[in-house]
Amino acid sequence: MGPIQRLRKDLFANPLDGLVSVLLLSGLAVAGYRLLHWALTQARWAVIQANSTLLAVGRYPIEQQWRLWLLVALVAAASGLSWGVLRGLPVRDRPKTTLWPSNDRLAAILLVFLASWTPALLGLTLAIQARWWTLTALVLLMRWLAGRYAGRFAKPAALAMPLLWPLLYLLGMVLIGGGLGLVTVGANEWGGLLLTLVEASFAILLSFPLGVLLALGRRSSLPMLRWGSIVYIEFIRGAPLITLLFLGQNILGFLLPGGLAPDRVWRAAWILTFFSAAYLAEAVRSGLAAVPRGQLEAARSLGLSLPQALGRVVLPQALRVALPATVGQFISLLQDTTLLSLIGLLDLLGTARSVMANPLYLGKSAEVYLTLAVLFWCCCAALGLGSRALERRLSPPSLSR
Amino acid sequence: MPFLRKLLPKRSLTSTLGLALLLVSCAADGGGGGLQSQKIDLIKGRAKLICGVDGKLPGFSFVGSDGAYSGLDVDVCKAVAASLLGDPAKVDYRDLNSSERFAALASGEVDLLSRNTTETLSRDAAGGNGLSFAPTTFYDGQGVMAAAGSGVKSLKDLAGKPICVESGTTTELNLADRMREIKATYTPLKFQTGDQTYAAYLQGRCLAVTSDRSQLAAKRTSFPDPAAHLLLEEVLSKEPLTPATTNADPVWSDAVRWSVYALMQAEELGITKANVAAKLAQAKANPNLADLRRFLGVEGDFGKTLGLPADFVVKEIAAVGNYGEIFDRNVGPGSKLKLDRGLNRQWSKGGLIYSPPFR
Repeated sequence: MGPIQRLRKDLFANPLDGLVSVLLLSGLAVAGYRLLHWALTQARWAVIQANSTLLAVGRYPIEQQWRLWLLVALVAAASGLSWGVLRGLPVRDRPKTTLWPSNDRLAAILLVFLASWTPALLGLTLAIQARWWTLTALVLLMRWLAGRYAGRFAKPAALAMPLLWPLLYLLGMVLIGGGLGLVTVGANEWGGLLLTLVEASFAILLSFPLGVLLALGRRSSLPMLRWGSIVYIEFIRGAPLITLLFLGQNILGFLLPGGLAPDRVWRAAWILTFFSAAYLAEAVRSGLAAVPRGQLEAARSLGLSLPQALGRVVLPQALRVALPATVGQFISLLQDTTLLSLIGLLDLLGTARSVMANPLYLGKSAEVYLTLAVLFWCCCAALGLGSRALERRLSPPSLSR
Repeated sequence: MPFLRKLLPKRSLTSTLGLALLLVSCAADGGGGGLQSQKIDLIKGRAKLICGVDGKLPGFSFVGSDGAYSGLDVDVCKAVAASLLGDPAKVDYRDLNSSERFAALASGEVDLLSRNTTETLSRDAAGGNGLSFAPTTFYDGQGVMAAAGSGVKSLKDLAGKPICVESGTTTELNLADRMREIKATYTPLKFQTGDQTYAAYLQGRCLAVTSDRSQLAAKRTSFPDPAAHLLLEEVLSKEPLTPATTNADPVWSDAVRWSVYALMQAEELGITKANVAAKLAQAKANPNLADLRRFLGVEGDFGKTLGLPADFVVKEIAAVGNYGEIFDRNVGPGSKLKLDRGLNRQWSKGGLIYSPPFR
């Protein structure tokens, strides 16, 4: 079936379908045209161009920003590497895919396309534009190298891959915050997208193990453990996040003697973690419930200890079932970080509100909010894409298409 | 010493405690010592003043494209840092929202609150928020804006005309009260949000719009033709925006109070950022200028009695200029807000900015 026939079948199968399609399409076209018209002729994007650094990293000291560039370069290299290994490494019981499937080619073209004009559009200096081009080239180069040679180094690659990102994360925190010979940059000076990503990634990484433990605790036969988990989960789920954040900011200062309370930024990060863990626990519990009881009993009767049976038999199946709900929780956690602007932290939204208060850019809120929407969409889309790739890889061969 | 604070009135406590501390320190090191203040020692120890600001208020505190804070509230932080630490850059800013600002001050998370806070009885009272207010740095109040070409010069001209106002606010009530006072009927056009209110005003659905004056001025800068809109002289409510510290450390509160007064006194004496060095040289050269010499710390012990360095006034003015310069630069003619000085003129020119004598 050609594209024309397909279109005809999907959109114009009968008169009513045709009418609805025409109405919807023309509505979309008008809205799209007006948005573009506004963005290209009426909007004044100087507010974004002049404040791009502020929106990206907040008040991070300029002389230390090379550390963030280094981190971005490392992340770019690691992404390219993981992407290539994911494609190049054969999976057991799975037909070997081509090295450059059409999706990947499309993604690479899109990446090059974006890198070719976005930095110029943002009004960055030529030196900074060149950095973004180099970063794009780095991603693609690592993707190509890893895809080509992953098969040859299959064993070490399979061992090193799971370690790559946690190590990079630790290194990233050192690069951002300082220590090990680097000048300390206090959390008070982080801001913009940097702070949003630090808070979200910290909460995501820590809330996951916490959530798994809570889910296991809730199904445990030990009453103390079970009731402790239930009380914790229900308490946290019974309070809105913003309430908990306000509690953290306002009460902790009184509870702990001066100086002992963690910095405001870390206080918020911990509260996000504890909040997210309660929801994750329920997502994981739904996964656990989907694993038949016989699996655990079979594993135990084979002589596995309880931790072994849970870790090797039950959890892998449960987490696979819970993956979509888990990623959904992560995405909403990323968006929940915007609440930090209400407690006075300069996350992406907080920085944006600060920018809009600059008398030079008063009344430019539409431009700023649209930019935020695009940025958040990119981050969430990346999370969603990653999770679907992981889902496909984890699903047992019999269930895959 | 909270029990003492309850027993004695505030003012006398300040002086009693100051005296007591002075006596103690005199006894301790034979009269050579200064004041004791935990807060001041803490700030000096970390070499940073932690200042709570709004961070998102045009003209008062916001972050510029270069990541630097500026605004009228921010300049107060800088002035206090300059007077205590000698350097206006030694400030850590904390963005605070209106609900957490007092808790942040009370728990010691910020040393000074310079966040467009209206001074009220319940906030000042020891049984209320227990704040200690410095001098008011901006007398805000509800104002009225009208198109320049409409011929409206005062509230009376609005009799029988439509006025745009946000519904359910004190603004709405203040307007009704004032119009009743001057026995003028008018048609209020009420809107749910500020944006709707200003949009209706711009469409010409009403002749005037009312809100806090600083808000009106900030909104005006985003209008297509800001110069075509005038703020009427009349002020409908009292909103004295005032920096604050806690009641807990009177020595520190006094240091802040007089650091702010010094900005106002400097304007009265004609001392500016540009001429403060010349004035200092003049004072040093001429022993007859006793007032100027004491004010600039060439002689006398104003600084010492406050727990501040002797030259705190010079450091402050050199860093941020006097009160008039701060006003002009951030919200006055030198800024996009273009606010009239109004009540914020010096007392000698009919305003409320009045520093008690430095004696």
